[in-house]
Amino acid sequence: MSATYDAPDRRNLLDHMRQGVIGKPLDRPEGPLKVTGRAPYAAEYDLPRCAEGVLVGARVSNGRVTAIHRDEVSAMPGVLGVFADPAMLRRPAQGGAGKAPAQDVTQVDYKGQPVALVVAETFEQATAAAKALRIDYEDSSDSAHFDPDAAGVEPPKKPTDLGDLEAAMRDAPHHVDLIFRTEGHASAAMEPHAAIAAWDGGELTLHGSFQMVAYNVPELAASLGVDPARVRIVSPYVGGGFGSKLGISHDAVAAAVAARELGRPVRVVLTRQQVFESVIRRSETRQRLRLACDETGRLVGLGHEARVSNLPDEKFAEPVTQATKFLYAGDNRRLAVQVTRVARLTAGSVRAPGEAVGMQALEAAMDELAETAGIDPIALRKRNLPDKAPGEGIPFSSRTLVEALDRGAAAFGWDRRHARPCQTREGEWWIGMGVASAARVNMLAPAEARVRLHPDGRVEVESDQTDIGTGSYAILGQIAAEMLGSPIDRVTVALGDSRLPPGAGSGGSFGAASTGSAVLRACEAIRAELSSRLGVAAEELTLQDGLARGGNRSDTLVGLLGGDMLEETGRIEPGRTGKDYSQATYGAFFCEVAVNAFTAETRIRRMTGAFGFGRVLNAKTARSQCLGGMVWGIGSALTEALQFDLRDGHLVNHDLAGYHVPVHRDVPALDVILLEERDAVASPLQAKGVGELGICGAAGAVANAIYNACGVRPYRFPMTPDTLLDQMPDPF
Amino acid sequence: MPDTPQARLVVNGTPRSFAGDPRRTLLDFLRLDLGLTGTKKGCDHGQCGACTVIVNGRRINACLSLVAMHDGDDVTTIEGLGSPEALSALQRAFVTHDGFQCGYCTPGQICSATAMLDELRAGWPSVVTEGLSGPSDPSDDELRERMSGNLCRCGAYSNIIAAIREVLQTEPREASA
Ligand code: FES
Ligand code: FES
Repeated sequence: MSATYDAPDRRNLLDHMRQGVIGKPLDRPEGPLKVTGRAPYAAEYDLPRCAEGVLVGARVSNGRVTAIHRDEVSAMPGVLGVFADPAMLRRPAQGGAGKAPAQDVTQVDYKGQPVALVVAETFEQATAAAKALRIDYEDSSDSAHFDPDAAGVEPPKKPTDLGDLEAAMRDAPHHVDLIFRTEGHASAAMEPHAAIAAWDGGELTLHGSFQMVAYNVPELAASLGVDPARVRIVSPYVGGGFGSKLGISHDAVAAAVAARELGRPVRVVLTRQQVFESVIRRSETRQRLRLACDETGRLVGLGHEARVSNLPDEKFAEPVTQATKFLYAGDNRRLAVQVTRVARLTAGSVRAPGEAVGMQALEAAMDELAETAGIDPIALRKRNLPDKAPGEGIPFSSRTLVEALDRGAAAFGWDRRHARPCQTREGEWWIGMGVASAARVNMLAPAEARVRLHPDGRVEVESDQTDIGTGSYAILGQIAAEMLGSPIDRVTVALGDSRLPPGAGSGGSFGAASTGSAVLRACEAIRAELSSRLGVAAEELTLQDGLARGGNRSDTLVGLLGGDMLEETGRIEPGRTGKDYSQATYGAFFCEVAVNAFTAETRIRRMTGAFGFGRVLNAKTARSQCLGGMVWGIGSALTEALQFDLRDGHLVNHDLAGYHVPVHRDVPALDVILLEERDAVASPLQAKGVGELGICGAAGAVANAIYNACGVRPYRFPMTPDTLLDQMPDPF
Repeated sequence: MPDTPQARLVVNGTPRSFAGDPRRTLLDFLRLDLGLTGTKKGCDHGQCGACTVIVNGRRINACLSLVAMHDGDDVTTIEGLGSPEALSALQRAFVTHDGFQCGYCTPGQICSATAMLDELRAGWPSVVTEGLSGPSDPSDDELRERMSGNLCRCGAYSNIIAAIREVLQTEPREASA
C-alpha cells in the first residue's frame, strides 16, 4: 500500500471490527502513574553526577555581548563552568523546522534572551552564580522597534483578493466595518521546558519535554553539529506543550553543550520567567473585519485583514485568516495577513495558531452584522455556508456546523435568549447569551508506527509520537485493540522515544489521526497475514477477544500465530486528499455571562460546545480536549494578555502571577457535545483532529454574550473591565 | 557559608534528615534529595500550586518553604497518598473522571484536594461560604474557590471538580493520609 493518502479510504475498517473498544470512554492507561506522581517528566531522571545549569537572560533589548566576567563567578562555591557557546540558541525552533534555529548567543534579539549558562554542583549554587554573573553589552536598542503600532508592515504573503470588496461594502444594504485587537498569549504549559543531557562517547541522550520528537532530533543534532543518528531524545511524559514545545528551545542545546564540555550529565530547567520571556509567544493582532450582506442575510462581501508581529527573519506569521478562508460565503473577498517586526521574543505556534484569535473576531463581527441586518445570529451563519471552498472551488470533506449549531442551541436553551441587549438583570449583574461558530483547519502529517503481535496474543504499539495530555496512549491502544481483536488490557503503548518509529508528533491537532492511521495500517498488514493463515479473505476475517473467525473457519489467535511474533510498521503521508478537499473541524459555542453593572467584570456562567471532528477515538479523552480548549477560550476572552513595555520590549507580566490563565473559579461546569461523524477524506480512521477546535471561536461567543447582557460591543480581547467600563449603561 | 542547618522530618511515614545548603526549598529537597519527583515545580514562586504537599495536615506550596524550617514536621506527598496498585479514593476518581491531561498539575491538585476535604469536614469557611461555620453541603462554586490555587493549563477543571465531588459524596468521612 502506498503511504501517501491520495484517495479517501471509504472501507471504514474500524466500524467493521468487533472488539468494541474504539471510541469508548476508556480511562487513560497511564492515568495511575500520573495521579500517583510516578510518571517521570523531563527533569525527573536521576542520573549519577548530574550537574545543574541555570541560564542567564540578556539585560539589553538589542545588541551584542561584549564581555562575560566569568572569573568573578568561577570561584563561587560549586561553580563548574560558564558557557556561551556559539551552538547555543538565540531563539527556539519553530514547529516542524527539523533544522537548527537561530544560534550564537553573543547576538541579542530581545530582552531576556538567554546569553549564557552557568553550571554548578547544585541548583542553588548555579542560581546564585547566574544572578551574580556580570555581562557587558553593546546596546543597540535605539535602532530596534518595540511597538507594533509604530513599526512599518511588510506586504502580505499570498493574500486572497476576489471580486470587489469595496464596491460590495458600498452597495450592500447592510455592512459592518470593524477593528478588533487581541493581545499576545503564552502557552504557559505547567511543566517548564527542561532537559537533561548525557553523552556516552559521541552519543547524546537527552531527556526533554517535546511535542515532535522526529523533528526535534534533527533540530538538536544540527544545532550541535552531530549526526542525528547519534542523538536520542526521550520524552514519554510531557507536561503540556500547546505549541511551545513543538521545536527545541534554549535548555536542550545549552544542557548538551555543557554536558559535552564537562563530561558529565547536565540538567537545565527554564525558570517560569524564562519560559515566558524566551520561548514562544502568540502575536498580538490588529484585525479589520468587513462584512456586507443583502436583505436576506446572504454575505456579498467579506474582508479579514490582520497585522501581526514577529522578530526579524522569522517566517512564522500568525495565520489569523486561516478559517475565514473557507467558513463563510461571499463573492467579494479580501483576506490578508501582514507582519511587522519588533524586538519581542519569538512569535510562533500557540494552541490553534490563527483560528484562536481570528475566529473570535470574525464571530463577533458576524454577531454585529446579524443585529445590523435584523437576522437571527444562528440563521445568519447557516445562510452563509458555501457549497465549495470559496476561491478554490474544492468540495468540503464533511461539515457539521449546522448540526453543531442546532444541537448546541437545544442543549443550551438558546430559545430563552432575548434578541435585544440589557433585558435581564440579576442584582448588580447583567445577564446575556452569545453564540459563535467553531472552525479549525484539519491536516494529516507523515507518521509511522510499529505494531507487534506476540505469540501469546499481547499487542505492543510503538512510535515516537508524544502524549502531551492529548490521549495518545489511550487512543493508539484502542485502535490496535479494535483492529486485532485484543482486550484492551493486553495492549501496551510505548511513546516519546526517538528510537521508535517516527510518529507525527503533537501539533496542529494532527497527532491522533496521523499516527493513529499508521497504527491502523500496521494492524491491517498483520490482519492480512492472519487471514491468510486462517485461509480466508482479509475482508472475511473477524478478530474478537483473541479468537479468529472467517468463512466457516475459526481458531484462537494464539493457535494461528503458532509461536510466531508478527511485526509490522504502518506509514501514512499526506497526499491528494489534502489538496482535493477543504478539510476542517467544525462546532458551535453557546455561552451565558454575567457582567457587573458597576465594575464591568465578566463572569462565565455556563458554556456549551458542540463539536464535529470525524470519528471520536475515545469519548473521554476527546471530551477533555474540548474542555481544555474551551478553558483556553475563556482565558483568551477575559484574562490572558502578554503585556510588553513599549520602551524596551520587555515582557512585564512574565509569570503566572501576572499572566492570568483561568483558575478553577473562572470555569463553570462546561457542557461538551461530541457529534459522531465519519470523514474518510481526512484519514483512514475517518477521524480528524480535536486538540484545538475547542478554542476556535469560543471567545467570540463570550463577546457576543457580553453585548447581549449589557449592550457594550467589545472590540478588544481580553475583555477586561477597563475595556468595557466607559461604555457601560447607567447601572441604576 | 553560615552554619549548616539541620532538620529531621518525616516524609510519607519515613524519617528523613537534612543537612545542607540553607537555600534548599522543601520542594527541591523532595525532588532532588529524596527522589520524590511526584511533587512538581511549575513556577517556584507560589503561583501555580503544582508543588502542593501536606505538612502536619495542612496543604502548603513546597516551593515557598525552606526545608530547614521543617524540623519535626510530618510531610505527605503524592507518593504517600497512594500507589498505582493502591490508589487513594481521589486518585481513583481523577482517573475515572479524566481529571487531568498532561498530568503535571495533578499531584498538586490531588494533595490540595485531599487537604481541602479535611478543611471542609472541619467546618472552615471560605470567601464564598454564607456565614462562618462552614458549608454543610458544599456547592461546586465552594469547591472551585477552595481549589483556585491549583492551576491547570490543560483545563481539566470541570473533571477535577467532578472527581472531588464524587469522593465528597461517597466518602464524606474519609480521613486524609
Ligand atoms: S511550584 Fe510552587 S506554587 Fe508553583
Ligand atoms: S493536567 Fe496538564 S496542567 Fe493540569
